[in-house]
Amino acid sequence: MNYFLLTLIKAGLIAFVLVTVLAYLVWVERKVLAHIQLRVGPNRVGPHGLLQPLSDLVKLLFKEGFIPSHVNLFFYLLAPFMAVALSLGSIAVIPLGPQIDVFGIKTNLGLADVNIGILFMLGLGSLGVYGVALAGWASNNKYALIGGLRSAAQMISYELPLALAIVAPLLMFNTLSFREVVDAQGGYLFGFIPQWAIFQLPVPQLISFIIFLIAAFAETNRIPFDLPEAENELVAGFHTEYSSMLFAAFFTAEYGHITTACMVASVLFLGGWQPLWPAAYGSDFFPVVAHWFFAAICFWHARQPARSYDRYTMPILGIILFGAGGLFLVPFLKPILVPLFWFLSKVAFLIFTFVWVRGTLPRFRYDQLMRFTWTFLFPVALVNLLITGLLVALTTK
Amino acid sequence: MMGVILFAIFATAAVACGINLVLQRHPVTSALSLIGVMGSLAVLYLLLGAEFIAAVQLIVYAGAIMVLFLFVIMLLNAGEERKIPGKSLVSKLIGLPVFVLFLGLVAYLIQTQYTHAGSPVDFDAFTGGGPREVGMALFTTYLLPFEVTSVLILIAILGAIVLARKEID
Repeated sequence: MNYFLLTLIKAGLIAFVLVTVLAYLVWVERKVLAHIQLRVGPNRVGPHGLLQPLSDLVKLLFKEGFIPSHVNLFFYLLAPFMAVALSLGSIAVIPLGPQIDVFGIKTNLGLADVNIGILFMLGLGSLGVYGVALAGWASNNKYALIGGLRSAAQMISYELPLALAIVAPLLMFNTLSFREVVDAQGGYLFGFIPQWAIFQLPVPQLISFIIFLIAAFAETNRIPFDLPEAENELVAGFHTEYSSMLFAAFFTAEYGHITTACMVASVLFLGGWQPLWPAAYGSDFFPVVAHWFFAAICFWHARQPARSYDRYTMPILGIILFGAGGLFLVPFLKPILVPLFWFLSKVAFLIFTFVWVRGTLPRFRYDQLMRFTWTFLFPVALVNLLITGLLVALTTK
Repeated sequence: MMGVILFAIFATAAVACGINLVLQRHPVTSALSLIGVMGSLAVLYLLLGAEFIAAVQLIVYAGAIMVLFLFVIMLLNAGEERKIPGKSLVSKLIGLPVFVLFLGLVAYLIQTQYTHAGSPVDFDAFTGGGPREVGMALFTTYLLPFEVTSVLILIAILGAIVLARKEID
């Protein structure tokens, strides 16, 4: 019974945090994009537009959920549901941190530790295409249909290099469990180079990492591969006919896909919660120093206020950051927070990369997209896998 | 106990989806029912301890093959099938008796063939369904069939390329 209760609490906590983070990813994306394009971005609702996700949510909730008369109603309503469920489901198998001890209860940070976790994630990912394809078809609209078709073809094509890029590091770790993959990336080469998959001998998996990222861009329908919703050709692609919360469901699904893809990338290639340098050189204290550094910047800005209200808001922000940094020093919280900090900062960096690429690169043409994966990405992934397999077979005896 | 309940739920779901697949007249509905069948089958494999096969069932059948099915149905824009009015007298007369005969035959076969199959299925008994065990079996005991199958698939790929290639005049 205890186990069920514990899992229930963890599931509720993770679901709540995940959905909040997904809502704020929209804000992060708009803000970063705006700064890349020399704009300010959302800044009207709340300080720095921080309440924008909340007001968006309220707007979407109270908007009329208009259902066009020509849609196939059952599938039209089923599609957003499938998209969200399949996109948020993968978080269940991703480990967020090592085993911890809360009030004498030993538990893993993360929901389920499945011994075929990676296959489960791939299975859910391959089902994810149904949400988009069905939405496009059920809308009974030519733009939506083309968007759905493009998405189906694109996701099947890019799943191959994605899976091959995942297999290469797995050959070195010899396991399919996410938790064991992270454990296999602990330790340091020469005492300071982390044994993450992209640095680990005999075959540093840098090429697999890049292939995985490129394929993940396509799997999550992001620029430069966002052909299913290319605005200038297809109006809004597969979700042209959707409004209010049904539309928000597709948004949630897209950000959910991005988050899980970044989490998988950091677990498989960037060592999960393994810190960048050994604890012996003080990596445990880095979160404290980072938080206190930003707190100091806040106090400095409070001394020289650019705006009149900075004199009051900046010290408050500084005190909050100072306190947050202090939490990493509490012996009781330290084993929980420090791994979480390292894991989440890697994930955050990868998500930033997704937004960064969106702000930088133009969209591919559809034939270029297909030619790129079949004639370049897939062969490269295959050769990379063969070389990795050969070297692993030669070095392990 | 948990296993039996889950088996009851997903076996019923598999059969219901299978019947729905035949009864529905719209190809997309039928395709989705088939996905339901495959998903339920994956859960049944999982209950029997074959977790690798369950995952492969999801990835290959539900994730790849059925996406292609759906893709083709959407691409051809296949509409709802129409019932042809006026069935022949023969099908009306012998349809029901043949169906009853078929059910009886199946019941008879199950009665006679599978009564001596030994102990009933125990849901937590089998644990050798992980990737390691399946891989060992594939690359040692069943190496020849495995390789022959791969050649067969290669021939199928070549055939598809030959069929799809544009004629160069």
